[in-house]
Amino acid sequence: MLVLGVESSCDETGLALYSTTRGLLAHAVHSQVKMHEDYGGVVPELASRDHIRRLIPLLRIVLDEAAAEKDDIDAVAYTAGPGLAGALLVGASFAEALALSLGVPALPIHHLEGHLLSPLLAKNPPNFPFVALLVSGGHTQLMRVAGVGRYELLGESLDDAAGEAFDKTAKLLGLGYPGGPALASLAATGQAGRYRLPRPMLHTNDLNFSFSGLKTAVLTLVGGGLADGDRADLAAEFQEAVTEVLVAKALRAVRTCKLDRLVVAGGVGANQRLRQRLDSEGAALNIRIHYPELSLCTDNGAMIAFCGAQRLQAAAAGQNHGAFAIRPRWPLAELIAPS
Amino acid sequence: MKILGLETSSRRLSVALWLDGRLLERGGDYPNAGSEYVLPWAVELLAEAGMALGDLDGIGVGAGPGGFVGLRLACGIAQGLAFGLDLPVVGVSTLEALALAAGGARVLACTDARMNEVYVAAYEIHDGMPETIMAPGVFPPERVPVPPGSGWLGAGEGFSVYGERLHEALGTTLTAVSADVWPTAAAVARLALPRLARGEGLDPALAAPRYVRDKVALTTAERLARGGVR
Repeated sequence: MLVLGVESSCDETGLALYSTTRGLLAHAVHSQVKMHEDYGGVVPELASRDHIRRLIPLLRIVLDEAAAEKDDIDAVAYTAGPGLAGALLVGASFAEALALSLGVPALPIHHLEGHLLSPLLAKNPPNFPFVALLVSGGHTQLMRVAGVGRYELLGESLDDAAGEAFDKTAKLLGLGYPGGPALASLAATGQAGRYRLPRPMLHTNDLNFSFSGLKTAVLTLVGGGLADGDRADLAAEFQEAVTEVLVAKALRAVRTCKLDRLVVAGGVGANQRLRQRLDSEGAALNIRIHYPELSLCTDNGAMIAFCGAQRLQAAAAGQNHGAFAIRPRWPLAELIAPS
Repeated sequence: MKILGLETSSRRLSVALWLDGRLLERGGDYPNAGSEYVLPWAVELLAEAGMALGDLDGIGVGAGPGGFVGLRLACGIAQGLAFGLDLPVVGVSTLEALALAAGGARVLACTDARMNEVYVAAYEIHDGMPETIMAPGVFPPERVPVPPGSGWLGAGEGFSVYGERLHEALGTTLTAVSADVWPTAAAVARLALPRLARGEGLDPALAAPRYVRDKVALTTAERLARGGVR
């Protein structure tokens, strides 16, 4: 079966075709990062305006790449939430109408389930059960994953997401928007430890996080301005503080669940320092770490198509009457497993 | 020709099916709930007509101006249906649809653009087809442009929200006002018909909302220039 995936929950438009027999056939992403740069952040209305221009051109690209025709599509999966309401609605309207016109099921997919299952698209996919660290600009969560649709929330950020803390701190350091990756590059040239930032909630007994205080600590240090070398050292220390807490809590979660596999997903999962520390500290504990391919760390249609395929195979899809709803706020733990 | 019309630019949503001269329509007052109704209405109308989606010749969509979210709902649905069915799409001005639905000979169509502004355009209707006298624009109510001559019917929600402020600008230009008139899918389908018949339908990838209000955010540089903070 061939499943089309449509992702439009924030500032990336992603379309992909996944075959249940042949795997991922094609995926294409248009990032709006450049467009939002001038505004210092994602402008939801502009994001929506861009999504609606990109859907069909991207669909044509993936059909070409997969050497498929639109009539080969057996189901249309799309991100129904969580995310920006206006942006979600664009993808949902298009996907639902396309599914109806092709006479195939439309499958509303949870964006985080997409990220959560994206490492299963890698060459050596992990087996269930595993612990997942979802870490992006919008989310920082630890989940116990027993199978498709069987997710238990173990802990999450009580304030800023880790990626959000990266972006906000980057702004404080004058690195523009979105500064997360720029901050990571700057950190690579600096020395952690010269400044000392707190490790928020490192020793609490739960698996929750808090990152907003770090940003405030950086603000205090930046104060009257910093020399370039100092900025690099501060960036390095910031990155060290965030990764130390993420690594410690993620590995603790794996041990608490008596498991030996950790899956890392979401945009911050592309951070090299985080990967280094997870790999070395995980190896010491005999915990194997799985990552999605780098191109699937950010938002994409492939993970949505893949989730759709899992759900389609697990359960008979209902009759398509065309009514749909998006869920800008949608806790992942509310998902139910396909029976 | 068999045309599906979609109009969700205001709180009055509607879907219409034009069948070689016969019109079927579904609609209602459902603010922010278009996703639940629009496609099911289309399916119902087709069933009522004993037709399949594949029997359609084209899609007409109320392209704007109007509520941004609603414009994209109809446009996204039109794109999806038209791509799946290999159909052309015609975007119709919602103010033109409103003018046609209002039923006058000279209509000043005016809808609420929020933020203390209105969308406004003027049309003369000849043989059931509007001719544009003033193209759609967005203005504060007291500064709407005045159409030439007299005998104009003011139509649309703009008059119920900003009635007094509009009258200030329009004076005696208007001879009557119908505030409770809305763009309808039936009018959209009627307006799309000759354009589709002339082969003016677009590839669905080119179907796009016409927002009219194009400036929706300030860049960081603009905010700073206005004394804002980073």
